Amino acid sequence: MSGHSTYEPKTGFERWLDARLPIVRLGYDSFVDYPTPRNLNYWYTFGGILSLCLASQLITGIILAMHYNVGDAFNSVERIMRDVNHGWLIRYMHSNGASMFFIAVYIHMFRGLYYGSYKAPREVLWLLGCVIYLLMMATAFMGYVLPWGQMSFHGAVVITNLFGALPIVGESITTWLWGGFAVDNATLNRFFSLHYLLPFMIAGVVILHIWALHVVGQNNPTGVEPKSKADTLPFTPYATVKDGFAMSVFLILFAFFVFYMPNALGHADNYIPANPLVTPAHIVPEWYFLPFYAILRAVPDKLMGVLAMFGAIGCLFALPWLDTSKVRSMRYRPTAKMYFFIFVVACCILGLCGAKLPDDPVIPHVKTFLLIDADLNSFVWLSRIATLYYFGFFLVILPILGLKETPLPVPESIASPALSHPAGLPAHATAAPEMKG
Amino acid sequence: MADTAVGATTEPEHGNDPSRRDFIYIATIAAAAGGAASLVWPFVDQMNPSADTLALASTEFDLTKVAEGQQVTLKWRGKPLFVRNRTAGEIQKAVADDGAAMTDPQKDADRVKPGKAQWLVLIGSCTHLGCVPTFGGGDYGGWFCPCHGSHYDTSGRIRKGPAPLNLVVPEYEFLSDTTVKIG
Amino acid sequence: MMLRKLSILAAVAGLMAAGPVLAAGHPLPPKNVEWSFEGPFGKFDQAQLQRGYKVYREVCSACHSMSLVSFRNLGDKGGPFYNAKYKNPNDNPWVKAIAKDYEVADIDSETGDAIKRPATSADRFTSPYPNEAAARAGNGGALPPDMSLLAKARTGGPDYLYSLLTGYVAPPTGLKVGAGQHYNPYMAGDLTASWSGPHDKVPPGGFIAMAAPLKKDLVSFDDGTPSTLDQQAKDVSAFLMWAAEPKLDERKETGFVVILYLLLFSGLLYASYRKVWKNESH
Repeated sequence: MSGHSTYEPKTGFERWLDARLPIVRLGYDSFVDYPTPRNLNYWYTFGGILSLCLASQLITGIILAMHYNVGDAFNSVERIMRDVNHGWLIRYMHSNGASMFFIAVYIHMFRGLYYGSYKAPREVLWLLGCVIYLLMMATAFMGYVLPWGQMSFHGAVVITNLFGALPIVGESITTWLWGGFAVDNATLNRFFSLHYLLPFMIAGVVILHIWALHVVGQNNPTGVEPKSKADTLPFTPYATVKDGFAMSVFLILFAFFVFYMPNALGHADNYIPANPLVTPAHIVPEWYFLPFYAILRAVPDKLMGVLAMFGAIGCLFALPWLDTSKVRSMRYRPTAKMYFFIFVVACCILGLCGAKLPDDPVIPHVKTFLLIDADLNSFVWLSRIATLYYFGFFLVILPILGLKETPLPVPESIASPALSHPAGLPAHATAAPEMKG
Repeated sequence: MADTAVGATTEPEHGNDPSRRDFIYIATIAAAAGGAASLVWPFVDQMNPSADTLALASTEFDLTKVAEGQQVTLKWRGKPLFVRNRTAGEIQKAVADDGAAMTDPQKDADRVKPGKAQWLVLIGSCTHLGCVPTFGGGDYGGWFCPCHGSHYDTSGRIRKGPAPLNLVVPEYEFLSDTTVKIG
Repeated sequence: MMLRKLSILAAVAGLMAAGPVLAAGHPLPPKNVEWSFEGPFGKFDQAQLQRGYKVYREVCSACHSMSLVSFRNLGDKGGPFYNAKYKNPNDNPWVKAIAKDYEVADIDSETGDAIKRPATSADRFTSPYPNEAAARAGNGGALPPDMSLLAKARTGGPDYLYSLLTGYVAPPTGLKVGAGQHYNPYMAGDLTASWSGPHDKVPPGGFIAMAAPLKKDLVSFDDGTPSTLDQQAKDVSAFLMWAAEPKLDERKETGFVVILYLLLFSGLLYASYRKVWKNESH
């Protein structure tokens, strides 16, 4: 979608600058005049929302770093909450902002899955997105350790111990990560340094992500590339105002958490200072890691569990080459659509399982029979079923479905009426809203 | 409903009511600017001294600890604070010099509390570049700053040397005859 | 479309249910109390905070520290001794009087000896014990937790604290209670190992090293409120909630203004959106 630049510098200063560093031209071409498909729905506003989240986390994080003290971590965070002017606000914005960031990224990713935004020519765009997701997870993990509460500490112990599962090099890697014989001050110090660094790397990859997007252009709900000017609108004011509205509504949700339920997504145990000698009754990661935690615990073997967990993220990277469908958008792939919804439900089930004890019964008080190592009516078996579906969706269903299914007819273009509803729509009619779905 | 052909133009049709259309945009932008400004304030204010720093901003001091003719140096707000118990001779010398030519003219009476002329409370930081002046040194019997040779008199006024202003008298009040609260 | 909406609703519901992790011992869920600070318009009740402070001072502070709270916080806005006349809590006479009753460790500036001096409003609440070992020695090996964040460090918060304090009951027959331990059905724990009765009737709760600390008329309330166990427990739990989250009032007040603004702003943005897109199909 990168066509000829239409920017015309007006003032003498603009012309002077444009000849030396055409940054205004870049901004204009990318965010003002940029042709955007006219049929983007609200699922497409989450990219903009994510930029807002990144900016918010960066600003609140840098401010928190002005007051945070690694040597007295827990107390310095409480100092921020009690003594620093508006410290409580900035801290709650940062902790809840991380959750909002992940809510937005999961919606953004599910949107990409549904509309086939990962398919050619957008593979690199998708891969960059996966890299951003990985960096986000690393950043969030390290960030959660910083308050040095019970969950911070023991969560760090569990996750760093995972590397011990690797054969031969496992132990050395774990000791190297810790900087000692256990998670301690040395570990906390380096996590702080890296937690400060990684978001700037995220920002860099986001710039690449937007660049890659602008080279190939946005996907849209039909999956059909824009063919003419009739299919697109300039980004400003059309997409700008729509994104702005979506951001504002998103901020209401954010504000609701920050001001009325600031600790709802956290864990009470993290208000207890870290104690290496006392392990909390249930170590639970933050909610956005729960699905992967469930996959980890679903596999009885430690190393295989770790590989399964990383494999689950690996599937995302491989996705553009796993899906064989010629049709992009699942709007026109009714069978795939069904499997996709089951996939969403499976991810939620995995999230639920991650929060529960593996041996707890799913249906209370019902005992069935022992299967291998646990009762069938247990969360560990539920997570095994959901994990199987998770991998099956990527490795079996998507590759086969593309070859076997019969998709619905795909429209000619974004602006033309839907071909699947020829009756009742005169040819010259206002481009009727595409069958939403 | 406006009639739009398949090849719709990208220009928004000018409505019949441009002023109404613009009002919404102006209101939105104004609201955005107002919201942004109120959001920026906490982020800027957080760098101001926090509550625990401010809590140490005032200190109470027992004057019985200072013998006549002596000075005690406290740490207050991170800086040295001089509490000097002046002898009658020192007070007289300071008042006598009230009319003398000096860089920063000030009456001695303006630098102490009424009825408590023997107590001089000053921030012990030279107004030139911040060194701590030594007690009793210099040509005027007050203080002498060794860094660049500023001489202060028994009222803490600059009499000779590069300092531009007299030693600063902080905000303080007598809670009783023997206790003073500074800050 | 409908299917997608439904599955997303199910997803959200599922995630919400993922909240509390079931403890193997299943203590009783905390009793529900109507706190003045609950809900979007909640505020601390200053009289309740004062009574709660008295309970803390006369009963709890014998064993429990509250080391993240400073005396001046008592005079902060929203706190138990806030008075609009003394915007700077360091000047608040009640705060100064309370602080003077405590002694803090310090160094004599003339001799360098370790001394104890009366606290000022800038100091923090002192711990009854000099260190953890002494605290454990004084309490049969158990460490009385610091109270600064207790209300946020337990699932159920002030409801849990209130339930625990009022929940002490005689242990059911068949439950073996160790020395220095007390049965409380609201305490986290798994009593299967100490239960000799039928396996499906393990009593809920666990053992706590603290004996029931409150009883009727233990603390006299200066405002005349009847000093029942229930009242003391409510008041001290509210006070501990304040100690854990002194900015609660300010947080909820700010939240109201912010969300109101965002609702109006969203409305304006939506109107702008409709105007911009008026003649475009999408």
